[in-house]
Amino acid sequence: MTEFNEVLIETVNLKKNFGDLQVLKGISEKIYKGEVVAVIGPSGGGKSTFLRCLNMLEEPTDGQVIFEGNVLDAKSTDLNLHRQKIGMVFQQFNVFPHLTVLDNITIAPTLEKKVPKADAEAEAMQLLETVGMADKAKEYPRKLSGGQKQRLAIVRAMAMHPDVMLFDEPTSALDPEMVKGVLEVIQKLAESGMTCVIVTHEMGFAKQVADRVLFIDDGIVAEEGTPEQLFDHPQNPRTQEFLSQIL
Amino acid sequence: MGPGILEVLFEYWPIFLKGLVGTLKYAFIAVSLGSILGALIALLNLSKSKILSAIAVVYVNVLRGTPLLVQMYIAYFFLPIAIPALNSVSKEVYVLIALIMNSSAYVSEIIRGGINSVDKGQTEAARSLGMTAKNTMTKIILPQAIKNILPALANEYIAMIKETSLAGTFMLYELMYTRTILANKYLSWQPMFIIAGIYLMCTLGLTYVVQKLEKRFSVSD
Repeated sequence: MTEFNEVLIETVNLKKNFGDLQVLKGISEKIYKGEVVAVIGPSGGGKSTFLRCLNMLEEPTDGQVIFEGNVLDAKSTDLNLHRQKIGMVFQQFNVFPHLTVLDNITIAPTLEKKVPKADAEAEAMQLLETVGMADKAKEYPRKLSGGQKQRLAIVRAMAMHPDVMLFDEPTSALDPEMVKGVLEVIQKLAESGMTCVIVTHEMGFAKQVADRVLFIDDGIVAEEGTPEQLFDHPQNPRTQEFLSQIL
Repeated sequence: MGPGILEVLFEYWPIFLKGLVGTLKYAFIAVSLGSILGALIALLNLSKSKILSAIAVVYVNVLRGTPLLVQMYIAYFFLPIAIPALNSVSKEVYVLIALIMNSSAYVSEIIRGGINSVDKGQTEAARSLGMTAKNTMTKIILPQAIKNILPALANEYIAMIKETSLAGTFMLYELMYTRTILANKYLSWQPMFIIAGIYLMCTLGLTYVVQKLEKRFSVSD
């Protein structure tokens, strides 16, 4: 991991409670520019909550998230500006059903970055081209398959020119035959040098694209390392148990 | 027994027509102004401030939990005392204020329900793109909520057409008030059938229109 030296996101002793339930128990991590980090672990272990804290969709109970040198504050108006540089892709796609495919992509750049509509649409068409959906530009999302919705969600985030992309189990809600197409898009993105944090259950994919893997269990990073270290030679008994159950 | 229903209708139709116009007018004023007030109450209710949302909850509960007739009497007798400036306006305004406030309570719940019916993931997606809270509400949430809100608002208008019948108690010229006028001509039961028939035509007709609208809206799902 010596090739990465510029810290993009840092969490400092990140904690999150839901009521009495302590979901994150103190996570201090650094995500480096250009790095692809896969986050794995059992359900309910806190990996999605960790990801959602990175752009303040969940407000941490304690600790800090530092993005490009700025401490993120859920109450600050600057948060919107920082979020523009943190793309996010959700398990349930969350495309906007009342907007066409094209408008899904252009709405945030035109409203929040004042990009002229014609420019935003030209770029949106290019992005759609890269995911093989240019012919769907005028359709409404209800006409799309799950895989197409997720690819739309990815390019919608890309249209804001983010510095990092967060993926929250991007293929978990897809029919099996749709998974490959979406993973290919994410892989292309990762190979283009985009910083990515990917919460996933696709271990083969994690092994293939990730520079580093975090195993989050019971609210802490129980183990981390290169894919080879973590998948082939796990040290922590909990990692070994988790991998033995799913591989 | 006196004259038959049709005879009464033919002789006094201008009175019934004026009553119908009054009913539609008061219901429209109540629901449209009630919608504006109701939208504000819904915003209070959805606000993060516990005090503001508590005020909205109390407002809605009181107005939905007490009879409209009682609210009208309170408005009629107490408003001029509470706000002396209102003494110069016509009594019609007091009764209308009661109708508007009553309607706003129902409308605020309609709007709140419509907004809450939009999946939370829509807000999260918009905010994760860096959209402001205002743009998220106006460009993403409300356009989706409106599909649920508009048909419910139309139903509120239909309900209000019936509710305005209470305004006749306070001499406002609407359908029920025609009963008072015709009672002076010794007509007791005939006007009531005519009035009931007119109400029924209005509510059934509008219900039909709303059903058509609902179908149109559901096409875009």
